[in-house]
Amino acid sequence: MTSLDLLFATTRSHGRAALIGYLPAGYPTVDDSVELLTAMIDGGCDLVEVGMPFSDPVLDGPVIQHAAQTALAGGFHTADLFRVVAAVTAAGGPAVVMTYFNPVLAYGVENFARDLSAAGGSGVITPDLIVDEAGPWLAAARATDLDPIFLVAPSSPAERIALTAAATRGFLYAASTMGVTGARNQVSAAAPELVARCRAITDLPIGVGLGVRTGDQAAEIAGFADAVIVGSAFVSAADRGGVRAVRDLAAELADGVRRSASVAHADSPGNPAGRSGDVPARQVSPA
Amino acid sequence: MPVRIAQESPAPESSRNPVSGQPQGPAPRPDGLPRPSDGLAGTAYDPDERGYFGSFGGRWLPEALVAALDEVAESYRKARLDPDFLAELDRLAATYAGRPSPLTDASRLTEQIGGARILLKREDLNHTGSHKINNVLGQALLAKRMGKTRVIAETGAGQHGVATATAAALLGLDCCVYMGRVDTERQALNVARMRLLGSEVVAVDSGSATLKDAINEAFRDWVASVENTFYLFGTVGGPHPFPVIVRDFQRIIGLEARAQVLELTGRLPDAVAACVGGGSNAIGVFHAFLDDPGVRLVGLEAGGDGIETGRHAATISGGTVGVLHGARSFLLQDADGQIVESHSISAGLDYPGVGPEHAHLAEIHRAEYRPITDTQAMDAFALLSRTEGIIPAIESAHAVAGGVDLARELGAAIGPEAIVLINVSGRGDKDMETAMRWFDLADPGETHS
Repeated sequence: MTSLDLLFATTRSHGRAALIGYLPAGYPTVDDSVELLTAMIDGGCDLVEVGMPFSDPVLDGPVIQHAAQTALAGGFHTADLFRVVAAVTAAGGPAVVMTYFNPVLAYGVENFARDLSAAGGSGVITPDLIVDEAGPWLAAARATDLDPIFLVAPSSPAERIALTAAATRGFLYAASTMGVTGARNQVSAAAPELVARCRAITDLPIGVGLGVRTGDQAAEIAGFADAVIVGSAFVSAADRGGVRAVRDLAAELADGVRRSASVAHADSPGNPAGRSGDVPARQVSPA
Repeated sequence: MPVRIAQESPAPESSRNPVSGQPQGPAPRPDGLPRPSDGLAGTAYDPDERGYFGSFGGRWLPEALVAALDEVAESYRKARLDPDFLAELDRLAATYAGRPSPLTDASRLTEQIGGARILLKREDLNHTGSHKINNVLGQALLAKRMGKTRVIAETGAGQHGVATATAAALLGLDCCVYMGRVDTERQALNVARMRLLGSEVVAVDSGSATLKDAINEAFRDWVASVENTFYLFGTVGGPHPFPVIVRDFQRIIGLEARAQVLELTGRLPDAVAACVGGGSNAIGVFHAFLDDPGVRLVGLEAGGDGIETGRHAATISGGTVGVLHGARSFLLQDADGQIVESHSISAGLDYPGVGPEHAHLAEIHRAEYRPITDTQAMDAFALLSRTEGIIPAIESAHAVAGGVDLARELGAAIGPEAIVLINVSGRGDKDMETAMRWFDLADPGETHS
């Protein structure tokens, strides 16, 4: 059982979804990013995603693009990523890395897996790596007990979801919408449909990301997913009010995932029976 | 002027389709030249099922786009066997784009260099002024066939953007072109052309605000718009199946040129020179000669200020292997795998990646790649203008510079009977502002700075 399996077993036993917060390493500086990531944990995130800044982030909107550019202009190197992960995990925060794949290739897939594992990282989300190209990476992750976490999208047909889920460990990342990262006002209607299609195929926990920024949206997603993933909204909060704003947003979102009802999970098709249902359900009103 | 193929020339490829094995479509052209549809007939050099040319290519991009790429691949697989699609491609190429493009015997340039005989393939004479129209007409027809109502494209120099806006106007498709802010400034004329053609032009400010950032932005658009939108990729890069689709639509350059050189000289050239940014015109002209081991294939990359300065765009000559914009290939990156800004006087070559089939041809040593500096390119730009009355695109001037070097080398090694074929991929009208600054051509009374 990996640390992520344990994490989801715990949140499931509490009858709620997990809250996952994203911030890029090195933004605005390496030391500041450690503080901000730690503040997310303090505020109530169950897991943090440490973003690896990349020069050409094709799946990111303007907020995260800008943060990545700032980090790189500040002299961020891949070695700093492991420093940030080590500091965050030492502070008690379970962490996964989110990275575009070229920096991993440049570092060497085995080296990357080894150094991330040594830094205490639990897994890696790879937004521009499809399972078809992942052979060497999967071997390296397996050898170091890192969970490889892949994305599925509303456009993914069942056979792609099956293929992707078969290579994924920890949780499956469901992109809530066809589009890039960035906070949106409404939860995409595609998200529950995609989660339902995933549940028909896999028992993996399903995390939903892209476009979430408020506690109400988190509550809505927590009604049908196992994890709510928030990124750009945390970057904006860091810009606006630093550590305090990040902690406050984490607290609001953490409240959101606790407001949601676990019974909604049990209603999902293909939902594994092991999910605890002993926390009373509450109807979620859409944001 | 069209030329007739000599009696002893090989039969045109149109007689039989190697994919289906069926006799294909129409009778040979009266002038004996191949048709664009012949480029779609399949080759012995197609990528494998996963889109790999050797170890290069593949699909290195978000899962969200896989279904769309599968749809494009499946539509193309059917289209290349559909006589109606092929006939429409050939009709537009002939009656709209102006194919075949001629072969020019560059006798004054040849005389001035005093080496091998230099022949020019004149893609600059196509409608919209470059080889880009070959690919764009094909993909726009494919988009239409797939029921898409909108096309998006990236552009560097603006040639692919103009060609895409043109095809969109012709076929009644909405069009949005992404162009780096820096490029919109140095290629303002092409921005105006695209807008006049009814296309939206989006200036991209992110990153280095050049071609690579325009591609990032086009991918971001496509992820969100894939249902009604076709990404009309401009070069032989990107995720599978774009490298093979774009190549097939550009293969007509080499198919024609090979037949034309044979007709004119009775033999094959000793070397073929073409500029390489992403590499679509080069792949297009190289491909017909892959099975001719006596023909050297030479790609000229943008050497910028010189490879040693680090300010260049010579991806194969001065880059390393990685993944960018959907393909595993050579690219310009630092030790951390961050993409490095490229530099070239030519906006169309100013790109830190290169098509995977070129990477493969370099790895197996079937093609060679050399850098040409900004200065060498601009010297060749002036040389071709003055000796032949042809103002090439600055991109194509890199091919002229490399071709002239080859003519000297081969002239010395083989003698004056040696032949160098240079692909003039585009015309230089769009580059006149750059040329005016470089050569100080403006009336002194009107110049400033």
